[in-house]
Amino acid sequence: MTLGGDARTRRSSNLARSDLRLIADLIEPGSRVLDIGCGEGILLEYLVREKAVVGRGMELSQEGVNASVARGLSVVQGDADTALSYYPDQAFDVVVLSKTLQATRDPRAVLRQLVRIGNNAIVSFPNFGYWRIRLELLLRGRMPMTPSLPAPWYETENIHLCTLRDFVALCEQEQIRVERAFTVRDDGSPRPISSLGLANLFGHDGVFLLRRS
Amino acid sequence: MATDTSSKSPEIRRALPGHRLLIGKEAPLQLDCGATLAPAVLAYQTYGELNADKSNAILVFHALTGDQFAAEDHPVTGRPGWWEVMIGPGRPLDTRRYFIICINVPGGCMGSTGPKEINPETGKPWGLDFPVVTIGDMVRAQIRVLDHLGIDKIFCAIGGSMGGMQALEMASRHPERLHSVIAVATAGHHSAQNIAFHEIGRQAIMADPDWRGGRYLEENAVPRRGLAVARMTAHVTYLSEPALHRKFGRRLQDRRALSYGFDADFQVESYLRYQGASFVERFDANSYLYITRAMDYFDLAADHDGVLAKAFTHSPARFCIVSFTSDWLFPTSEAKRLVHALNAAAADVSFVEIESDKGHDAFLLNEPEFHATLHGFLNGTAERLGLPTGDLIPIDLGDRDPGKERIS
Repeated sequence: MTLGGDARTRRSSNLARSDLRLIADLIEPGSRVLDIGCGEGILLEYLVREKAVVGRGMELSQEGVNASVARGLSVVQGDADTALSYYPDQAFDVVVLSKTLQATRDPRAVLRQLVRIGNNAIVSFPNFGYWRIRLELLLRGRMPMTPSLPAPWYETENIHLCTLRDFVALCEQEQIRVERAFTVRDDGSPRPISSLGLANLFGHDGVFLLRRS
Repeated sequence: MATDTSSKSPEIRRALPGHRLLIGKEAPLQLDCGATLAPAVLAYQTYGELNADKSNAILVFHALTGDQFAAEDHPVTGRPGWWEVMIGPGRPLDTRRYFIICINVPGGCMGSTGPKEINPETGKPWGLDFPVVTIGDMVRAQIRVLDHLGIDKIFCAIGGSMGGMQALEMASRHPERLHSVIAVATAGHHSAQNIAFHEIGRQAIMADPDWRGGRYLEENAVPRRGLAVARMTAHVTYLSEPALHRKFGRRLQDRRALSYGFDADFQVESYLRYQGASFVERFDANSYLYITRAMDYFDLAADHDGVLAKAFTHSPARFCIVSFTSDWLFPTSEAKRLVHALNAAAADVSFVEIESDKGHDAFLLNEPEFHATLHGFLNGTAERLGLPTGDLIPIDLGDRDPGKERIS
């Protein structure tokens, strides 16, 4: 009898998106991880396979959920705006919200939930203070469209965009500690943020490791 | 007219294939109602091979009118098994790798002790003297079969509808006996609407003069009309408006014009009449009363101070909850309630809603996305436990497609 073996072990474990690589590097092996907005489970699968995390996922789109579960991952259909309240306090070591915060209805409430249910939260989002965006708005007077934000204003899911500075200010206001902060530059390389002003101008994405104060 | 299997049941029962577990008086079945049951029989069927360390067993729980013949031609009806699309080589419940056990529930009518069997104290069929059984009783009885087979911990407990209730009950009461749970088209309790439909079915049976206060077997009668009406009503709840429309619309049955009478003018009427008539040939009316009652009584939260999450506290099992978009008997909102409770209990849970217009019955049918997700879930669990994984073989059912007619 020949059994097919698991297709998943043959699949490449590379993470194409640079913010996902950075997020993966920030997660300790063996942690309990909740990936919110996990899509088809690419990051989660990488974390489960390469870092032996105890991984759970939440995804809004049913296609994404079904694809993730079919990969053997533990994923539920759910909306970050409403479903996080069901999880108990500190249920996870790390809660990941990658490129999703800007699409939630109430980012502040979501942020509060993240640091409640996770000991740490990792949040990544497109930086609306990036110089190309500023320039496009300044010179063309139109809502900017960039590789990170490709949709026109009337059909974008990103209803709560912010700059790195805006995000840091909200964390301060909510007494959420920024443990580590990175930007991802044009070449895809992550850099620790030393000057917020420069990062806010030259980083097209921000990746933040947060913790309840 | 087909043969009357109800009145021939003792002979047919003896001839049924499969296994029997006898429960003796030395260790009777303790029931939730306070009564005990012994001697009793549990009839079950298995598919595939149990591995050396007994770690590859999957317990399949059948639904209201299902039975243990899940993956073979039914010995009474001759029809394909009710979950042939799910169980077999290269199917999600792959018999090349897993040992599948399916047990006729106590209160049932396919060989396990139930109201149509002989009460040893009176020498007559139990009828309504049979004690009321619950979902908890069903699970407790089935665990006796696992004990008998020497299986400490099953790889997976899986079921749809009432089968899903049993899977959840087992996960809640006996978490140490399972690694994973798949609960399909089900809920943590039976809703008021569902109890209402069951009550209509029961009243239809009891209103049939041939029911004879439940003693029809002694009096050589069968409450055919009542049981058929119960089935017709229930059958509608298993489908969906789009599925009925697609299948029948307002098309007429064997005629070009309305009859201005009460014949089955419409195809949908003819179909329901057929469903009702064929059901009474294979199912016992009193069993229908008892098993619908068991479902009505099911309420996991009520057993845990009204907090569903408490039913799953500290559960180490992997859960997979599945619902279907057009199922209005066990809608997605019920599945989400389960998922929220499992999240609150910090359990390992997956939740999948499958797009289908086939209503509650979708769980019995060839739904490729449903099967692919279950396959992935089971493979993922197998991998964690060091059991072999495998690939799905696409289904070509041809004439055996159960979509043509409900068989459970």
